[in-house]
Amino acid sequence: MKRFQWEKRILKPAVFALALAPLLGLLWKAYAGTFSANPIKDVTEETGIWTLRFLLITLAVTPLRSITRWSPAGTFRRMLGLFAFFYGFLHFTTYVYLDQFFAFDEILRDIAKRPFITVGFAAFVLMIPLALTSPNRVVRWIGGKRWKALHRTVYVVALGGVIHYLWLVKADTSRPLLYGTALVILLLFRLWTFLKSRRFSVKAAAGLNANA
Amino acid sequence: MLLRRGGNLKSSEITPELLYVNRRQFIRSTSFAGLGLAYEFLLPEFLSGQDRWPRGRKGPFDTDEDPNSYKDITTYNNFYEFGVDKSDPAENSAAFRPKPWTVRVEGEVKKPATYNLEDLVKPYRLEDRIYRMRCVEGWSMVIPWRGFPLADLIRKVEPTSRAKFVAFETLFRPEEMPGQKRSVLQWPYVEGLRMDEALNPLTLLAVGLYGKDLANQNGAPMRLVVPWKYGFKGIKSIVKIRFVQSQPPTTWNISAPEEYGFYSNVNPEVDHPRWSQKSERRIGEFFRRKTLMFNGYADQVASMYSGMDLKRNF
Repeated sequence: MKRFQWEKRILKPAVFALALAPLLGLLWKAYAGTFSANPIKDVTEETGIWTLRFLLITLAVTPLRSITRWSPAGTFRRMLGLFAFFYGFLHFTTYVYLDQFFAFDEILRDIAKRPFITVGFAAFVLMIPLALTSPNRVVRWIGGKRWKALHRTVYVVALGGVIHYLWLVKADTSRPLLYGTALVILLLFRLWTFLKSRRFSVKAAAGLNANA
Repeated sequence: MLLRRGGNLKSSEITPELLYVNRRQFIRSTSFAGLGLAYEFLLPEFLSGQDRWPRGRKGPFDTDEDPNSYKDITTYNNFYEFGVDKSDPAENSAAFRPKPWTVRVEGEVKKPATYNLEDLVKPYRLEDRIYRMRCVEGWSMVIPWRGFPLADLIRKVEPTSRAKFVAFETLFRPEEMPGQKRSVLQWPYVEGLRMDEALNPLTLLAVGLYGKDLANQNGAPMRLVVPWKYGFKGIKSIVKIRFVQSQPPTTWNISAPEEYGFYSNVNPEVDHPRWSQKSERRIGEFFRRKTLMFNGYADQVASMYSGMDLKRNF
């Protein structure tokens, strides 16, 4: 008999519910009237920061899996990545609808003229193909190798998110720099595993030569 | 939350304080009691707040727009001395002591002295003035200040003919202003005005808000209000007023010279390098509204800048 997959049956729904908490928090604030005096800015900031957080959480899954050797971790990666897109979509919608109220001329001018909006918009657009190619069938259809190459875009997206945040703050850059540091650590881990695997294969190749 | 405010209310139609409080009570008793009402419990304090100053007379420059609520004005602040988030000043300023308070008047002036705040304020008849306030970040409020024209104080201390600018300084007291423990900005906060700007009848030294003493988070006990300039020109918790010959340094200009100029007049034609200044969100409104030249005070102030390139002198 197949083993009861508690990760899939219990942990995954729990993480899903937890990932909805920021949205529920916003709905609660709207219901209870506990927003600040500027609710639209609150929603913009909250959805924005959670987009960046979910991007970093998603990027942390693979390093965590290889450190802990807990293989089920991988099953959460796609879901967490889709939550990053979900909050990014809410963030973008908040800007277009609540903040600018569909003033598309202003929005286009912002995207062209304001570097922080240019970068943020680009990062959001780059997330769209990643979200669209997440179903299993699509992955099979485009092939694992190409899928993997495409999904490396997530590094660019996360970097764009950090720069977007850094360029919009007025004076206190400590928080964007904190997220930037987290991203650098996550990228360094990948560089390290990449170099390690290459050195290993070089060594292996050298070993083969010696034997010949 | 996203209530559309009424159009042009006359100042005579402004809800009196008592009714305002009763409205809250009405909401409290008719809606889900106990849900997110933490702030409502602050209102009794608001009701019983001591009037340190005599009641002001009505000023000639009131806008007839609907003022923002006391709660909005006292919980949504930029006052980096207490932290960089909008909620920080209200949350972190309880330990701040605005009393006793002295203000040092010095520089190119015939009567330099250190004044007790009470002595400094006493000679003037306080006025209630309802001004628009436009933040450089793109939001605005309507605020009923109480104070007296800076010009009155300037005339009293008699600057010399060499005085061309007025420089202001905020208190530096990191024990009570926790934001000053981090060098997000250069402390103490400094600001300045050209002499004609300082003497303009619109320029106010505010000591009160909604008929109460200025709350700590709004710059107690005395702050500058320059309604045709971006909000950060309104330096808070002033301890020094210095009359000088040349243009004094100003904090945000030191922090980012390409973004914040000495003048910082509200100007929809001159964007902040990183965002548009064409429109603003009035706190409490859903739709953005167009930002007005000199924040709607062009009639009173535009002549001071005639012939000046406002794109260069931003």
